[in-house]
Amino acid sequence: MEFFERFAIPHPSFLIYMAMISIVLGAIVIVAGITYFKKWGYLWREWITTVDHKKIGIMYLIVALVMLFRGGVDAVMLRYQLAMPENTFLDSQHYNEVFTTHGVVMILFMAMPFIIFFFNFLVPLQIGARDVAFPRLNSLSFWLFFMGMGLFNLSFIVGGSPDAGWTSYFPLAGNEFSTSVGTNYYMISLQIAGLGTLMTGINFMTTIFRMRAPGMTLMRMPMFTWSALIANVIIVFAFPVLTVALAMGTLDRLAGTQFFTTDNGGMDMLWANLFWVWGHPEVYILILPAFGLYSEIIPVFARRNLYGYTSMVFSMIIISVFSFGVWTHHFFTMGQGALTNSVFSITTMAIAIPTGVKIFNWLFTLYKGKIEMTTPMLYAMLFIPLFTLGGVTGVMLAMSAADYQYHNSMFLVAHFHNVIIPGVVYAMLAGLTFYWPKLFGFMLNEKIGKATAWVMSIGFVLAFIPMYITGLDGQPRRGYTYSEVTGYSTLNMVAFIGSIIMTISFLMLVYNIYYSFRYASRDISSDPWDARSLEWATNTPIPEYNFAVTPQIKSREAFWDHKYGGKDMDLFAGQKIERIHMPNKSGVPFIMNVFFFILGFCLIFSIWIGAIIGLIGVLGCMLHRSFEDDHGFYFEVEEIEEIEREKRGAIK
Amino acid sequence: MAQFFPKGQVMGFIFSLVLTVVAMLVYFLDMSFGMGMAVLIITAFLQATLQLVVFMHAGESEDKWAIYINVLYGMVIAVMTVFGSLLIFNWDM
Repeated sequence: MEFFERFAIPHPSFLIYMAMISIVLGAIVIVAGITYFKKWGYLWREWITTVDHKKIGIMYLIVALVMLFRGGVDAVMLRYQLAMPENTFLDSQHYNEVFTTHGVVMILFMAMPFIIFFFNFLVPLQIGARDVAFPRLNSLSFWLFFMGMGLFNLSFIVGGSPDAGWTSYFPLAGNEFSTSVGTNYYMISLQIAGLGTLMTGINFMTTIFRMRAPGMTLMRMPMFTWSALIANVIIVFAFPVLTVALAMGTLDRLAGTQFFTTDNGGMDMLWANLFWVWGHPEVYILILPAFGLYSEIIPVFARRNLYGYTSMVFSMIIISVFSFGVWTHHFFTMGQGALTNSVFSITTMAIAIPTGVKIFNWLFTLYKGKIEMTTPMLYAMLFIPLFTLGGVTGVMLAMSAADYQYHNSMFLVAHFHNVIIPGVVYAMLAGLTFYWPKLFGFMLNEKIGKATAWVMSIGFVLAFIPMYITGLDGQPRRGYTYSEVTGYSTLNMVAFIGSIIMTISFLMLVYNIYYSFRYASRDISSDPWDARSLEWATNTPIPEYNFAVTPQIKSREAFWDHKYGGKDMDLFAGQKIERIHMPNKSGVPFIMNVFFFILGFCLIFSIWIGAIIGLIGVLGCMLHRSFEDDHGFYFEVEEIEEIEREKRGAIK
Repeated sequence: MAQFFPKGQVMGFIFSLVLTVVAMLVYFLDMSFGMGMAVLIITAFLQATLQLVVFMHAGESEDKWAIYINVLYGMVIAVMTVFGSLLIFNWDM
């Protein structure tokens, strides 16, 4: 029995027991359902073993939406706890756990897979490639990420959630103050998911540098691909820092090293330093692809080409350098001198300049455009003012002297939600609506979609603007309750109502998917928005090989010119169908990551024998790959012609 | 025969050994701390460049400028991170 005691939740409550029961019942229902409908084979053949970038992208999307739900539930619980003074819905320990998992889930398991979904789905299509550079590695990346995500969510019902904040600062996260295995979960699951992200970064850098269609120079790439390139460069240089920091933190917790302890020569502040050396670039990893999506959407619905393409590219390159030079602004009050704080204040304010350039470029794109207010465009139009507000409060926070007033208050919480929600989440939903017909062959309902955008924005304003005010009045962040005399209660109640309205908008999104799935017309063209870049030149649904013949790129807006630019701009002119070489499916990445899961789980609970077995499994799979003979397979010409005829092909 | 002899690689190998010996001299000779560090940093960067160009063939593909820009970017980031951290913890704490 003693062995099993370690898996118990150290601080249980009725809610957690209910969650355990519902998770177990849910798992039984899913397994029974798949067995009843005999879908195991389908699942294995079509999804688990796939190396197709489009299917891997869709799996990222599903995880992101599920995690959006999970993180959203956390958020509503937090807001309900704070809606009334002296509320007892959550106690302090549970409040700590919920805000920690809310942060980690939303950043690393919702926003990251959402942007990686767009990388996977869009980048090969936008550059006219058949797949990514390393398709098998792509599958490995996804399963690494998936197992990290699974491990992190398991903490809720086995062993207890992490409770040291999403930043997991030492010494609080050390063994002395975090005695449960929760922080082990944080260290190990982020490590595993982070490895997957790092591999994604290498994969997409290589893909964009090496696999562009003939004629597509770097300065002819669609803006989303540019943003993906920059974001992946940042991933490759930032994530190793997280890997090292997490490895040191893990050793501190499991092996008794003294990297981040307060005595024996340890330096707890070094964790904050390393965390934000990764953490600040991470912010730009999230926001740049979002900017890229807006840069795709706005020209399509303004019916104009993007204003200032070159300045857009250079502003992103400047951001990619500056993003590594501002990290200290996350801990202005840690105790370093005025000189350091001044330097980092100035770099932080400077980074607002390239961002401002991008805002003006979008505005100038709109100028004299024939604006068509579709759902994606509505998200983009709501994004510009709301994001600018968040950017301005960011510059306020950048002043290190004033930051002594703002830091650790709700003002900060309001600021980063104000940039992340209109910046990233709106972009993700706009992009999802925009690319939905390419993904699934029908369009989402415009009426419900627009209503969703408006309801979400109303909820957003109600939920986060009050936090600016209570923050300036002194309400601390991460405080689980407050007394009536502080006077925070009215505004916190408003914020709670806002969070409920945002929940309603999420339900509207889900209902929209259901409604459109049932009633939307399937009789749409492969280019329903009359769009401009290369991904719309494929058939819908996209065949496995993407393009039957390689497109020849002659201009920046290749597909627009293909449609309206006359004969010599034709993408496919004079091309003959040839046999296409494609990568084979493989189950090894999945199996390898089952071992990774075992390894991670056993490390978390210090079950060394299990960890060794997991490690041997991982190494065995790598060894298998080294000796595997895999030459891929070919689509023969007749096969391609058959598929293209069936899809009433793009080639005449 | 001459065209099959990897002259560049052999020269590179010898030069990399020389760089290693020079770096080792810091330990064996009695240098000041600043002098030692300077020697180490210079030989380290030379060594890394040498390995990258001669043995990892960085300059031999069409998009070599992309590789060089990435390396340069990585160095800028590393220098910023190291000196930023030194500023925070050592020079201004």
